[in-house]
Amino acid sequence: MFAEFWAILFDWGAIDTWIVLTAALASMACALPGNFLVLRRQSMMGDAISHTVLPGIVIAFLLTHHLLQSGVIDDSSRGTTMHLAMFIGAIIFGILTALLTEWVQKLGRVESTAALGVVFLSLYAVGLLLIRRAADNVHIDPDCVLYGMVETAWMDTIGESSVPRMAVVNGSVLLVNAILVVLFYKELKISAFDPGLATTVGVNASAMHYGLMCVTAITLVASFESVGNILVIAMLIVPAATAYLLSDRLSHMIVISLVVAAASALFGHVAAMTLPPIFFRRIGFTTVTSASTPGMMAAVAGLFFIAALLAGPRHGLLSKLLQRFSLRLRIVREDVLGFLYRREESQQSGNEPVVISRKRISESLHHAGWILSTLAIRQLLQRERILMTPEGYRLTESGRRTAQKLVRSHRLWESYMARHFDLPEDHLHETAARVEHFIDVDLRETLASELEGLEIDPHGREIPPAVDEPTAD
Amino acid sequence: MIDDSRVDADEYPEWSPLSIHDMTVAYHRRSVLWDIDYHAPPGQLVAIVGPNGSGKTTLIKASLDLVPKLSGGVRFFGKPYRQQRDRVAYVPQRGSVDWDFPVNALDVVTMGLYRKIGWCMPVTRKYRQMALDSLDRVGMAAYARRQISQLSGGQQQRVFLARALAQDAELYLMDEPFVGVDAATERAIISILHELRSAGKTALVVHHDLQTVKEYFDHVMLLNMRLVATGPTSDVFTPENLKKTFGGKLALLDQVGTRMSIGEGGK
Repeated sequence: MFAEFWAILFDWGAIDTWIVLTAALASMACALPGNFLVLRRQSMMGDAISHTVLPGIVIAFLLTHHLLQSGVIDDSSRGTTMHLAMFIGAIIFGILTALLTEWVQKLGRVESTAALGVVFLSLYAVGLLLIRRAADNVHIDPDCVLYGMVETAWMDTIGESSVPRMAVVNGSVLLVNAILVVLFYKELKISAFDPGLATTVGVNASAMHYGLMCVTAITLVASFESVGNILVIAMLIVPAATAYLLSDRLSHMIVISLVVAAASALFGHVAAMTLPPIFFRRIGFTTVTSASTPGMMAAVAGLFFIAALLAGPRHGLLSKLLQRFSLRLRIVREDVLGFLYRREESQQSGNEPVVISRKRISESLHHAGWILSTLAIRQLLQRERILMTPEGYRLTESGRRTAQKLVRSHRLWESYMARHFDLPEDHLHETAARVEHFIDVDLRETLASELEGLEIDPHGREIPPAVDEPTAD
Repeated sequence: MIDDSRVDADEYPEWSPLSIHDMTVAYHRRSVLWDIDYHAPPGQLVAIVGPNGSGKTTLIKASLDLVPKLSGGVRFFGKPYRQQRDRVAYVPQRGSVDWDFPVNALDVVTMGLYRKIGWCMPVTRKYRQMALDSLDRVGMAAYARRQISQLSGGQQQRVFLARALAQDAELYLMDEPFVGVDAATERAIISILHELRSAGKTALVVHHDLQTVKEYFDHVMLLNMRLVATGPTSDVFTPENLKKTFGGKLALLDQVGTRMSIGEGGK
């Protein structure tokens, strides 16, 4: 299977490089404004604009076509004029989408997503009607609209060179977007974070808003041709959303989103090359012989997002599980120390340290399970909180200090509860056994001062005195 | 909106950090404010006190042009807000921003300096140091690199305060800075307020805790859709005035105001 994989990749040619490059440039160009859409919670605005630019493009096309035919515009620069007109049409409709959404929201008193839905579908419908109307003049291939033409980008090159025209277009848009983001970094950041503050420090937040809509519209239109509608929407949001999960600084988020966008382009193309012959044939779909590169890119971007969701440091599911596990482990460690400490208290035998057999300890930890208990005891030995002797375990000096703090927390809490709640004595221990693990030195001493130097807990046991030097545990 | 450009200087004296003249606000089902006339005393700590929905936040927001006024005018040190942005700092309610935003405490404080830094200019070390100094003043220097969602509520409030301090303004408008903060933050805010007053600056603070008004503030502004009373705390913060302020809304004011805000189409 791997041999097959490498054999396919061995055929990697200049065409593949150009496909990946063109798609990567388009994806990165989209990812840049996407960061700010995600942060402003306007992700759907990108989706909407990608549809509502359609009537703008069609109107511009029809108008220019008409002007060209009637000879108002010189026919020699037809291609350039057409492109320019379609860009302008798209920008106008991009801004119109943002404006109309705000109006509908205010006038209709509906929430912003509902307003967006109304505007986006109406304008899209107008666009589709116009296309039908102009069908004589335009040839629109649905495949091309959805998936773009990145796979054939290499055929349309600039002059005599082998550089695809689309790569140059996408690269230019990326460059312009990058310059804008660097130049207006502060302004974009503050108006996304706190529009009210932006206004009070003299940054016109609504100008930034419409500026962002302009840039989004231009980027979308420029990237449509190469990577198509689906990928454009995916690349506007998914890399930025992935980066959001992985970073806690805006600058890092932007860089990560660019990396995710580029990596999606590369691995998407590799997947499109290798998956159909290797994977689909094996699972019996012999008719699947090729996959669309943009489709695969969007899928790969989705996988990146899922990976970030699972493994992200801040919101990641894995890190949450890990945190929970390490908390449980700490509680078991502290329970061992507390158990040994209480045993020492009850069986004080001169100056001889009290040694507890392994069996007794594991009995006391029956609730924790084997894995946690074993791990906890190993860590305590490593950190020299306990010592192993032939007969069992005993506390070390540092272990005793940690245990003393714990038992102090426990008994202070019991005393505090007993004083302020009218609870029977047997209700105190269980909560305290839980709470003791969450009381730090500050809280402990606050409790102590509230209790005004109380020395005996409600069960008649001594509350151990405060430990002088803090030991890390 | 009524043109107030010809109103003479008596109504907007230069000595007052914030002069409000006959301001009425009825905005999109928000709290309504009627005919507010007010001159903030310079160099004092002023509490804005009133029941929920009495228009405390609206008063600040309308003064800063963040919500539209139906009529009346506002001047800062005798001039319109547009010309005085440098001299006014605003501390919004903590709930007004997304604390999951990928910025750290230092970034947020630096935002207060954006006006000084200027459009399109990068944040240089000098400004970062200024922001760090402000964080230090509220006892938050150790948390400068902490992502803001990792801060406690009180720490978040202190970050907001540090941002206003970084702006180095002369008038500070603070919306409920004491809500949901710990004792350490409350002490930090109070000591900052005292520092500001010693430096001859003015602070208008929306405050909800009637117990501490006398202790913390020199002046008070009692608000319930209209200005009930204003003046030195010792004169104005009396049981009779409080009864007038908190003794139920004037239902008619509310009704008419709501009708007007609908009539205006929430503009």
